[in-house]
Amino acid sequence: MIAILDYGVGNLKSIYNMFKKIGIESIITSDIETIKKADKYLLPGVGSFDYGINNLKNTIFFATLEKEVLENKKPILGICLGMQLLTNSSEEGKEKGLGWIDADTIKFNLEDKSIVIPHMGWNKTKPTNTNNIFKGLDENRFYFVHSYHVTCNNNKNILATTNYGSEFISSIYKNNIYGVQFHPEKSHKFGMQLLKNFGEV
Amino acid sequence: MLEKRVIPCLLLHKGGLYKTEKFKKPTYIGDPINAIKIFNEKEVDELMFLDIDASVENKEPNYKMIEDIASECFMPLCYGGGITTIDQMKKIYTLGVEKISISSQAVLNPNLLKEASNIFGNQSVIVTVDIKKDFWGKKKVFINNGKKNTKLDPIDFIKKVGTLGVGEIVINSVDNDGIMEGYDIEFLKEVKSNTNVPIIALGGAGNLSHLKEVFENSNIDAVACGSMFVYQGALKGVLISYPSYEKIQDLLGGKYSN
Repeated sequence: MIAILDYGVGNLKSIYNMFKKIGIESIITSDIETIKKADKYLLPGVGSFDYGINNLKNTIFFATLEKEVLENKKPILGICLGMQLLTNSSEEGKEKGLGWIDADTIKFNLEDKSIVIPHMGWNKTKPTNTNNIFKGLDENRFYFVHSYHVTCNNNKNILATTNYGSEFISSIYKNNIYGVQFHPEKSHKFGMQLLKNFGEV
Repeated sequence: MLEKRVIPCLLLHKGGLYKTEKFKKPTYIGDPINAIKIFNEKEVDELMFLDIDASVENKEPNYKMIEDIASECFMPLCYGGGITTIDQMKKIYTLGVEKISISSQAVLNPNLLKEASNIFGNQSVIVTVDIKKDFWGKKKVFINNGKKNTKLDPIDFIKKVGTLGVGEIVINSVDNDGIMEGYDIEFLKEVKSNTNVPIIALGGAGNLSHLKEVFENSNIDAVACGSMFVYQGALKGVLISYPSYEKIQDLLGGKYSN
């Protein structure tokens, strides 16, 4: 059972719909007992960094989640803002991030003024490792919508990169913790494959 | 690099899927859910649904139908029609819709756009501008599904909307709707040079070369098409279609060419 964490942010229903489509049991929840029992977590997120991190840290389940992920090593996948929250900080806000992966979130700084921010639409990713959530996804395209992106302090945490003006990090990982900048729940068969892979890690 | 998007735009009318010509003569195409299943299989870039009754009849959006549509949509989804409040928008996003298109209210209550983009983020808020030539042949902004002339100049209006924080603007040509003879490229060029907001062209596409033509000549960010993906042949037989990814790439990006 994958718990889709409901902390008042993000498009939970789309993620639930896709899990249902690929036959993976999931539940949208903020209940402590349900979260304790879950095998895995999906951290969604749309909106601003400070709003997201404050909401998450103020949930009744936050301490439980922290324990399950950091001590019990249950897998978690952060999507979009959910991935950015895994980092230490963001240029979008003043609040500290979770710091579960040694990375930071920064604004796109593009020399080429013809490139539009937000980066919105379909783009390809280049995975650095296809043994986990990118299994079978050497060739892919995913749907992105974001104005900030992640930069890693340690290259071994880079799981995929994407080109938009220049190369940026579109997926990160560390042990049981994964993050993707794009929206697998809105990326057809590529997203289905990625969520299926997450179900199997 | 980012790929140019090609977006089927479907019209909801009386609970079914319809296609119009110049915003008139609604012709029944089929069941919306059935159409989505086909578009899912064809892996379309994005889908746009516009309820053409809601604003005219002053109705609430049909939440049940929106939910049914969203639960079958594994690509980005935009809904438009009858939106007047932030609460309605909140409800629709919760159902699994990413983007909401505002049309009539963009003219009547521009503050809604500003408020919505502050709350939901500008990528979630789209404005669709219905443009039609008036009696004198001058392009004007129309509302209420093309029935009411606001007498606003489209370029002035687009410039103004662009300052309110919206994520994208759909330029919808009422005169070209369902005509399938190509986009109004000169006008789209003018629009593009007057705003930094991403532009989606709607109205006029009849074949793939129209898409190539508009992308090459006007620098717009995406195209939306109605008739082209629901009709086939000169007799306009109903057939839902969408070109393969390779075909679009070949046409627009020059990749995958043999």
